[in-house]
Amino acid sequence: MLLIPCPWCGPRDEAEFTYGGQAHVPYPRDPAALTDEEWARYLFFRDNPKGPHAERWCHTISCRRWFNVVRDTATNEVLAAYRIGEAGPVIS
Amino acid sequence: MSAGTRPPGADLPEHPDHLWREPDPKRSYDVVIVGGGGHGLATAHYLARAHGITNVAVLERGWLAGGNMARNTTIIRSNYLWDESAAVYEFALKLWEGLEAELDYPLLFSQRGVLNLAHSLQDVRDSVRRVEANRLGGIDAEWLDADGVREVCPIVDISPAARYPVLGGTYQPRAGIAKHDHVAWALARSADAAGVDLIQGCEVTGIDVRGGRVTGVRTTRGSIAAGRVALCAAGHTSVLAAMAGFELPLQSHPLQALVSELLEPVHPTVVMSNAVHVYVSQAHKGELVMGAGIDAYTAYTQRGAFHVVERQMAAALELFPVFARAHVLRTWGGIVDVTPDASPIVGRSPVAGLYLNCGWGTGGFKATPGAGAILAHTVAHDEPHPLARPFSLDRFTTGALVDEHGAAAVAH
Repeated sequence: MLLIPCPWCGPRDEAEFTYGGQAHVPYPRDPAALTDEEWARYLFFRDNPKGPHAERWCHTISCRRWFNVVRDTATNEVLAAYRIGEAGPVIS
Repeated sequence: MSAGTRPPGADLPEHPDHLWREPDPKRSYDVVIVGGGGHGLATAHYLARAHGITNVAVLERGWLAGGNMARNTTIIRSNYLWDESAAVYEFALKLWEGLEAELDYPLLFSQRGVLNLAHSLQDVRDSVRRVEANRLGGIDAEWLDADGVREVCPIVDISPAARYPVLGGTYQPRAGIAKHDHVAWALARSADAAGVDLIQGCEVTGIDVRGGRVTGVRTTRGSIAAGRVALCAAGHTSVLAAMAGFELPLQSHPLQALVSELLEPVHPTVVMSNAVHVYVSQAHKGELVMGAGIDAYTAYTQRGAFHVVERQMAAALELFPVFARAHVLRTWGGIVDVTPDASPIVGRSPVAGLYLNCGWGTGGFKATPGAGAILAHTVAHDEPHPLARPFSLDRFTTGALVDEHGAAAVAH
């Protein structure tokens, strides 16, 4: 089980959270202007790295706020947690 | 011990013959298959046996069939909703039915049937729809009411007082299970005998592409030139695609399963439940084999969280109160590559000569011979097998998805 550091509540068990997939995927500014390829990319393609991954979590059973985490998918090590709107860390 | 007495064990039989060689990689092959699991070995088998292509290497970073092939729950069935999927899984099931003879090896293939339970009115509607779709497609399928479920599997709790009462279930009698290790060994022996090099401990670290065409792979055991390359790496396919310079609509998740200690035969069939969410059979040896839903986050760790196993156990006890005193023997996780429509991607990739076989997600084992056969055809002819056509990568652009979230039966 992951220990996830909620930026509002501190470290809590994974079971308190909901996973929200890749972070920093903006809704297209003008969806109707996208080509089929661009729309497919927005809808269906998400990062799937073996390594650091920026992702959203929601602290469902406590503060109920969404925030971002950088987690290494090869080790499950949590490298950073930051609030929505804050810039993500630079992971080398 | 007096001189001349034979030590204990000295009269045991010799170590059996190895089923395949341990060759060093050659500098070049007509076809390189990345991934020595069930699908990679089956592809090699059919390349050799159906297409006469034997200058082939299967590269496996660990040991043969040590990934998802050793980590699944060995369920085989073809009762999918849409014609495209039912066709490909039924093609695989028909191959399973002849596979022991084809490979001349006991696979413990047991057509003990599979029950997919329905717990709500909507479940019932969806299930009956799937049964009718299956029958129209020539696949054996029956709708059973709760008493019918109990007749097939007496240990399922069908009492109306259950938290999620069993209203009935779909039943595919030809479905069943097989012994995954035997399947891998038999396919490996066949491919090896045909001249295919099975190379273990050989991790692909790069894919060489020149002028939009694949020319070979770099590995931890040196560079290997290849006319064609087929990816059979399941959860690691995204990593390989990145080496070749393109992305795929895949998410790699841990999927956990577990077995109980060995028990007397109590469970005659395979039972799956989407709503309560567990799938259970009993292996020939006696372990209850149970699978969970995927862990929610993406990961390559081949392990998952304990609360997922706990939830799965709760579901199993809900359906099978008789399991309350069984003990868990071991749990494990594999990495499954999940697509947005829960259907596989098989066919050409954006790189010429590089072929995809991925996205089987939580259901790859049942497809093993079918996936191998259609991928071998696709590689041999540089043209998707007719059954693979609906599963092309470009369906995510055209919108012609094959949505099997219902029949895939593992929550994700």
